Amino acid sequence: MSKRIDAVDLNVYYGNFRAVEGVNINIEPRSVTAFIGPSGCGKTTFLRTINRMHEVLPGARAEGRLLLDGEDIYDPGVDPVTVRTMVGMVFQRPNPFPTMSIRDNILAGYKLNGTRMSKSTADGIVEKSLRGANLWNEVKDRLDKPGSGLSGGQQQRLCIARSIAVEPDVILMDEPCSALDPISTLAIEDLINELKDNYTVVIVTHNMQQAARVADKTAFFNIAGTGKPGKLIEYDDTSVIFNNPSNKQTEDYVSGRFG
Amino acid sequence: MTDTATEPSRRTSLKGSRGGEAGDRVFSGLALTAGIVILLVLAFVAVFLLIESLPALWPEAFSDQDTIESADTFWQYVWPLMAGTLIASIIAILLATPVAVGIALYISHYAPRSIATPVGYVIDLLAAIPSVVFGAWGMTVLAGAMVPIYAWLNEYLGWIPLFGGTPTTTGRTLLTSGVVLAVMILPIITSLCREIFLQTPKLHEEAALALGATRWEMVKMTVFPFARAGIVSSIMLGLGRALGETMAVTLVLSPGIFSWSLIQSGRNATIPSEIALNFPEAFGMRQSELIAAGLMLFIITLAVNMVARWIVSRHKEFSGAN
Repeated sequence: MSKRIDAVDLNVYYGNFRAVEGVNINIEPRSVTAFIGPSGCGKTTFLRTINRMHEVLPGARAEGRLLLDGEDIYDPGVDPVTVRTMVGMVFQRPNPFPTMSIRDNILAGYKLNGTRMSKSTADGIVEKSLRGANLWNEVKDRLDKPGSGLSGGQQQRLCIARSIAVEPDVILMDEPCSALDPISTLAIEDLINELKDNYTVVIVTHNMQQAARVADKTAFFNIAGTGKPGKLIEYDDTSVIFNNPSNKQTEDYVSGRFG
Repeated sequence: MTDTATEPSRRTSLKGSRGGEAGDRVFSGLALTAGIVILLVLAFVAVFLLIESLPALWPEAFSDQDTIESADTFWQYVWPLMAGTLIASIIAILLATPVAVGIALYISHYAPRSIATPVGYVIDLLAAIPSVVFGAWGMTVLAGAMVPIYAWLNEYLGWIPLFGGTPTTTGRTLLTSGVVLAVMILPIITSLCREIFLQTPKLHEEAALALGATRWEMVKMTVFPFARAGIVSSIMLGLGRALGETMAVTLVLSPGIFSWSLIQSGRNATIPSEIALNFPEAFGMRQSELIAAGLMLFIITLAVNMVARWIVSRHKEFSGAN
């Protein structure tokens, strides 16, 4: 459980367009790392390269190395499917499977692995994951109802529960709170704080207060202009990034003078 | 003209009219009329069928004869036709559905665009071929090609009643008709399924992939459940066409009495081809018999559609529409 992530000279392309250039970053296990930066700066693109989800888009590819506890996930022998079972992801908009019940949503990952399990084991996993996502008390009486009947915040916590159910090493979150109200946002942020005891959490956010609240370390991405690739500008402890950044661009961004 | 007159006036009260109600009334009137027309047409057809078929359904009360012409009772006459129609259609559905869903899935989720587009066009082209051409093709090409297959089926699977009896030498059997029907309904099911598969929300597909699903598992987990209702509907549309198909079956099948064997010629018949073959020379009681057979087909189609609706609505809660 919980692996470190190292990117070495990682470039991401969409067709011939270089979207992200030369990222070098070391993310510690059992920590929360936030990616901040203006829209289009490549932070989501980079996040998606950590579980090879960017490959879903036609023409997208990555060059360079991305190491998960020293193993390169872009090694030719590595199946992206295996990577994704180890690196879970939570998306910007809650996306529980509408055709499944809450319970089946949680167990979806196990169903994929073809794991056969007794009903009591399955019940245990459902309860543990939902408790882990602080959702158990709200849904324990309607586990057989569709997940799409929940509120937005509940749906997002269901998605988090779904990704932690399979006990990944890393959890990626792509602006997980941008579609949620402040109360739900708070619930998710509390949850992120608890998740870092067991997982490496990487979160993309547009909300700098959120980054300051939840992240141990923060990475600032920026883009020189339209059509130029995004770059990692500065990566440091969150307090340093927000209080004493070494780069002028970072300082301008976190103090609201730009972007 | 004052400045205030050119500005759009802000409404301060809920009372009064915004204008545009006339358009709304016209539209709702048109929609209502269209709905009523459809019901009226359906009702007229049903009434016509019922009235014209009464002499055959109940000869003692509605005609001067005691029995119908073709058999002792109407049911004796019509059940082999109904069975033949259903069997041919079921063969067609069983053969066409897996192929159609597979092609649709290939076009929507597997093929590169440079292949998917031409394949899609070819499939749509197949739908544009008139059924009489399919019938001619089935009669001249397919029937002959099927003969050795029937011989093989009879030799090795002859213990199953479906492949028993003396195998045909012409190939003009109910099974050949079913295969021709399958080819005919293939494009319908394929294009509908393709459209529906493409509608699967990207977010759901990505949710499955991000859990570590392979492409096939992603399809099973998100695309099929999402498309479930659509697949059933497309199969029902295909079935509707197969049940009512006249020309292709009439050309291919050499009709006869009912038999469980699907590989004998001069056996079985379907309602549409029975009507097409006999209606021009029929009058009086014979005509009533044929129209009553048509009524049975109408009822079968209605029942099939109701079952389809029921299947679709059983999982409404999980359809993703809420």
